[in-house]
Amino acid sequence: MKQFIAFVKKEFRHIMRDNRTLLIILGMPVVEILLFGFAINMEVQDIRVAFYDPTPDAFTTGIAERIRQNPYFNHQGNMYSMDEMNASMRKGELDLAVVFPQNFQESLVHSGEAAVQLLSNSSDPNRGSISTTYATAIIAKFQQEQTDLRQIPFQIQTENRMIYNPLMKSSYMFVPGIMGLVLMIICTIMTSVSIVREKERGTMEVLLASPLKQGTMIFAKTIPYMIISFVDFLIILILSYFILGVPVNGSLLLLFLIALIYIILTLTYGLTVSTLVDKQVNAVIVSAITAMIPVLMLSGMIFPIDNMPRVLQAFSSIIPARWFIEAVRKVMIQGQGFLMIGKELFIMTGMTLFLLGITIAKTKKRLD
Amino acid sequence: MKTLKYLIEKEFKQMFRNPLIPRLIVLFPTMVLLVFPWAVSFEVKNIKIDVVDHSKSVYSKRLTDKIAASHYFNLNDTPPDYRTAMMNMESGETDMILEIPASFDRDVVKARTSGVGVAVNAVNGTQGLLGSNYIMQIANDFSSDLRDELMHTVPPHSRASLMRLPKVEIIPQYKFNPKLDYKNFMIPGFMVLLLTIICGILPALNIVMEKENGTINQINVTPISKINFILAKLIPYWVVGIVVMIISISVTFLIYGLWPAGSAIAVLFSAIVFIISVSGLGIIISNNSETMQQASFLVMFFILILVLLGGMFTPVSSMPAWAQLIASINPFNYLTETFRMLYLNGSTLADVSGNLFVLALIAIVLNSWAILSYKKRG
Repeated sequence: MKQFIAFVKKEFRHIMRDNRTLLIILGMPVVEILLFGFAINMEVQDIRVAFYDPTPDAFTTGIAERIRQNPYFNHQGNMYSMDEMNASMRKGELDLAVVFPQNFQESLVHSGEAAVQLLSNSSDPNRGSISTTYATAIIAKFQQEQTDLRQIPFQIQTENRMIYNPLMKSSYMFVPGIMGLVLMIICTIMTSVSIVREKERGTMEVLLASPLKQGTMIFAKTIPYMIISFVDFLIILILSYFILGVPVNGSLLLLFLIALIYIILTLTYGLTVSTLVDKQVNAVIVSAITAMIPVLMLSGMIFPIDNMPRVLQAFSSIIPARWFIEAVRKVMIQGQGFLMIGKELFIMTGMTLFLLGITIAKTKKRLD
Repeated sequence: MKTLKYLIEKEFKQMFRNPLIPRLIVLFPTMVLLVFPWAVSFEVKNIKIDVVDHSKSVYSKRLTDKIAASHYFNLNDTPPDYRTAMMNMESGETDMILEIPASFDRDVVKARTSGVGVAVNAVNGTQGLLGSNYIMQIANDFSSDLRDELMHTVPPHSRASLMRLPKVEIIPQYKFNPKLDYKNFMIPGFMVLLLTIICGILPALNIVMEKENGTINQINVTPISKINFILAKLIPYWVVGIVVMIISISVTFLIYGLWPAGSAIAVLFSAIVFIISVSGLGIIISNNSETMQQASFLVMFFILILVLLGGMFTPVSSMPAWAQLIASINPFNYLTETFRMLYLNGSTLADVSGNLFVLALIAIVLNSWAILSYKKRG
C-alpha cells in the first residue's frame, strides 16, 4: 500500500511538472463548452427569401409583406425573372423563393383556387423543409385572416406541452453530448499517449522491473488522470449550469457517479489502445479517430439514434459515449433517479471490465 | 531546390516506414464514407407515441388508428392513464403522449369542436417541435374528414358559405435535393472532415516527434533554410491530401452516384487550397508544442473547433454573431460550403471563386506563420 501511494505521488509529480500540458488539459474543456454550448444550435434562422410576382395585387403583396416582417426571414429583394432567381439560388445567395402565378388574386376570387410555389434551397434538407413549413404557415394564417372570421365546424384543437425543455433550447440537447465528447478525447489521448511514450523511451521496462505488481502499477498510473478528468468534468458542469443555464434536475451525486464510471471506462479504453500500438504517433491516430468520429456520428450527441438503420443502431450501442449521454440527459435534464439509469451504468461497467480483460491479456502476452 | 528534393524524399521514407499511415490514407476515408453517411439524419420519423384514450369512442379510436398508420409515428402503447404514459416517457420508451379527453366524441358531434392534449419530450427541441406539428397535421386531416361526413348536421345557410372558402394551394419544390436526402448534404462535409483529420493531425505530430527524438538538432546544425525545411515537411502531406481527396471523390461516385455537377476540377482545386491551410495549421501546432501529447491535445482542440463551428452539422446562420465571426475565418466552413455548392447546387468555378479567394488568403497566412514559428535555434 505504501509503495502504491508513493507511486501515485510520483505520477502526480510527473504531471504537475508539465505546466503546459496541464494548462491545455484543464483549459480545453472550458473553451469548448463555452464555444459549442452557445454556438451549436439547430434552429433555422435568417432564411434568405425573395419574391417573384409578375402581377402584384393586394393578396400577393399582403403575403410578401407578412413574410418580410417575420423575424425568421431575411428579405433579399424582388426578382424579375425565373432565370435571375435560379442563378441566385445556384450561387447560394437565396434559401427560399416565393413564386406567384400571373393574376393570382383574380383566379383566387373567380375559380376559388390559386397556387403559390415555394422553391427552397434544399441542399440542406432540414433547412429546406423547415423554411417551407414556416412560409406555408404564414400564408395559411394570412388567408385565414382574409376570409371572414367564422367558426369552422368539427375542429380538433391540439394543446401542446414541451416536457423537460419548454423553451426548446438546443443547449439542453447538446451539452451532455459535448461533455461525453470532450471527456472521451481527453481521457483516451492522455492515457494512451503517455503510456506508449514510456514504452517508446524504454522507461516502461525500468518500471516493470520494480517489485510493484504490474496491475497495481498501471492502476497507480491512472489515478492522477482520473482525478484530472474528474476536475474537467466538474469545470464543464459548473460552466453549463451557471453560464449556459442548463438545469441539474436530478441528483448531483448520481451525476458524479455516472461521470466517474464513464471516466474510468474511457481511461481503460486509453489503456487498451496503448497495448495495441507501440508508437506515440499511432496512439494519437487511433485514439483521435476512434474517440472523435464515432462519438460525433453515432452517440446520439447530434443525430437521434432512432433514425439510424438497424445495423448502425447496433453499432452505436458499443460506443461508450452513447450510454453516458443518455444517462446524463436523464439525470440532468429529466431529473430521473437511479432506477431509470441502471441499464446505462450496467453497460458502461460491463464495457470497462471487458476492455480491462483485453488489456491484461495483451500485456501478459507482451511480457512473456 | 536539390536540397528540397532530398528532404522530401526523406520525409516520404519516414512516413511510409510506419505501416499504419498508408492504411490510414486508404482505408480510413473509404470506411468513413461507406458507413457514416447512413447514420446522419435529422429527419424525424418513427416517433414513439403513447395514446391515453379516456373517451374510448369510435372517433377517438379512429384518430388513434390514423396516428398509428402515419409513418411519422410508431404507436408504443395505449396505457390507461397519463401517469403510466409519463413513466414510459421517463424510461425513454416513448417520446410523445396524446391524451384524448372522455368527452371527445360528444364535443366533436355536439359542440363541433374538441381538444386533445399532446405532451412531447423536447430534450431534442427540433424533434419535439416537428412531432407536435405532425400531430397537429393529423388532427387537422381528421377534422376535415369529419367535416365531409358530418356536414349534413350543419344548418344549410352556413354550409353554403363554408363551401366557398377560397383555397390557396402551396406547391413546395425542394431544389437541388428533391428527395430531401440527408446523405447527399452530409457527404461533402465528410470529405472535408477527412481532409481536416488526416492533413491536420499528421503534420502536427511531425516536428514535435523530431524534437522528442532529438533528430531536430541534427537538422538545426545543417545549413538548410527555414523555408526548405518547412516546405519539405508540408509537401508530403499535400500529396497525401490529394490522394485522400481522389479516393473520396471515387468512393462517393461509386457508392452514392454523387458527382460534382458543377465542376470536378473546382472540387479538387478548392480541396488543395484547403489542404495547404490545415497542414500549415498542423505545423504551427507542432512548432509550438514540446511533447507529442501537447501537440495531440492542441490539434484535437482546433479540429473540434473547425468542425463544430464549421457548418457541417449545424448551420452557421443560426450561430450567435461572435461565432459567425469565427466561422468567417474558418477554412472548414468555406470548403464545406464550396463542396456543397459544387456537388448539390451545380455551381460553377466562377460561383465559388469568392470562397476560394478567402481560402487562399487563410492558406497564405497560416503557412507564413508556420515558417516563421519554426525556430532554428531550439
